Amino acid sequence: MRQVTLIDSKLLGLIMNRLCYQLIENHDDFKDAVIIGLQPRGIFLAENIVDRLRQIQPKSEIRFGIIDPTFYRDDFRRSDKSLIALPTEIPFSLEGKNIIFIDDVLYTGRTIRAGLEGMLEYGRPASVELLVLIDRRFTRELPIEPKYIGKSVDSYDNQKVKVMWKKDGGEDKVLLLTEN
Amino acid sequence: MLSVKHLLGIKDLRREDIELIFSQADEFKEVLSRPIKKVPSLRDITVANLFFENSTRTRLSFELAEKRLSADVVNFSASSSSLKKGETLVDTVNNILAMKVDMVVMRHASPGAGIFLSRHIDASIVNAGDGTHEHPTQALLDAYSIREKLGSVAGKKVVIVGDITHSRVAISNIYCLQKLGAEVMVCGPTTLIPKHIHSLGVKVEHDLRKALEWCDVANMLRIQLERQDVGVRYFPTLREYSMQYGLDKKLLDSLSKKIVVMHPGPINRGVEITSDVADSDQSIILDQVENGVAIRMAVIYLLAQRMERRG
Repeated sequence: MRQVTLIDSKLLGLIMNRLCYQLIENHDDFKDAVIIGLQPRGIFLAENIVDRLRQIQPKSEIRFGIIDPTFYRDDFRRSDKSLIALPTEIPFSLEGKNIIFIDDVLYTGRTIRAGLEGMLEYGRPASVELLVLIDRRFTRELPIEPKYIGKSVDSYDNQKVKVMWKKDGGEDKVLLLTEN
Repeated sequence: MLSVKHLLGIKDLRREDIELIFSQADEFKEVLSRPIKKVPSLRDITVANLFFENSTRTRLSFELAEKRLSADVVNFSASSSSLKKGETLVDTVNNILAMKVDMVVMRHASPGAGIFLSRHIDASIVNAGDGTHEHPTQALLDAYSIREKLGSVAGKKVVIVGDITHSRVAISNIYCLQKLGAEVMVCGPTTLIPKHIHSLGVKVEHDLRKALEWCDVANMLRIQLERQDVGVRYFPTLREYSMQYGLDKKLLDSLSKKIVVMHPGPINRGVEITSDVADSDQSIILDQVENGVAIRMAVIYLLAQRMERRG
């Protein structure tokens, strides 16, 4: 397995700040906005963004929830790997809110679709925007596109993008892994 | 993934299987607290609930669990059964499976009915109680409720009180609690405790007060009058049984610590447990019922993952 660093920790910090200011530009004090992180990996990114937003705008009340897409996936009983559910925590209604949906890597779009379906069980939001750290272009299997993008990447099917976080015991960086 | 294709008894499960079922039940409990208590996972699965023996709570709990997972459900009960017309169990079930049913939840009066069926059909089978043998989902929800109330099952002392001989709940509970690291004691009159119960590694006590002083949790079983042999008297009268082995508030309050009281239902109020105990804050009887749906969802969801997709 060969690996290349796509984003190092310094660049990642810059990208995260840019994404935060883009969100502030569109959502002001987040009065009507809610941030939802997607299990399993999207929650690290979402938590990081929420922490930064709270530092930048300490007076804003930023609501943050997490959703697990497992029960809504379209590959149940179609894939060999086991689909084990993780916690969902949305302790508020999403009715009429502007949702900022966050995942780390956007690839086929199927996980996002499952997450959206699960999220709609919590009310009818006014709007949903998608934020991803990495957009793997030209790989979509569903018509799902992000509004906020950390970095767009062109990659092959035998490659994998791995986002690592200090909070998860690693170092803040993004790697491109290629099978030999 | 679960290590088994069917859930026939707790005896076949590994500790990791039980912990996986619990972790998924946690997530299903969250689903059940949502305004829309339903997930689409089992849209392409049909489950047949075959209840050859009467049941209200277990059948409803299974049916709700299946419906909350979006499975299609067909029900079949003893009174409408063709078995009365002379059909064999395998024929009855095969006829139902011919209508493209993927999973069977079965309650049957004969011990081993589920195991027998698993040798003859392809569908996944969940044992919802087979005679005096096992009732695995009840044991899972009991252990899950203890874990919820006390934080963990490991290291806890649990006494099962009552008719151990005729109770499938007792056997499944013993296996389940021991696999999770609890200590188990059975308590009841000599006539209702199986002779070789020691071989399962449980303690035996005939004095209810001593048993309750020892335990953290007391699981009070119902006297299974319907399973006891006709013409055999296991105790003189229900009144006498109740005086010796019934749990009332006075006894509960006189114990040196606060224990947790459980009952698998249906309760015979005033026999094995009095109303004020059943409704006290030490009782988790209604939590058990609530957790039953989440546990059954987890079991069905995890078994369905192991099934091959048709078509």
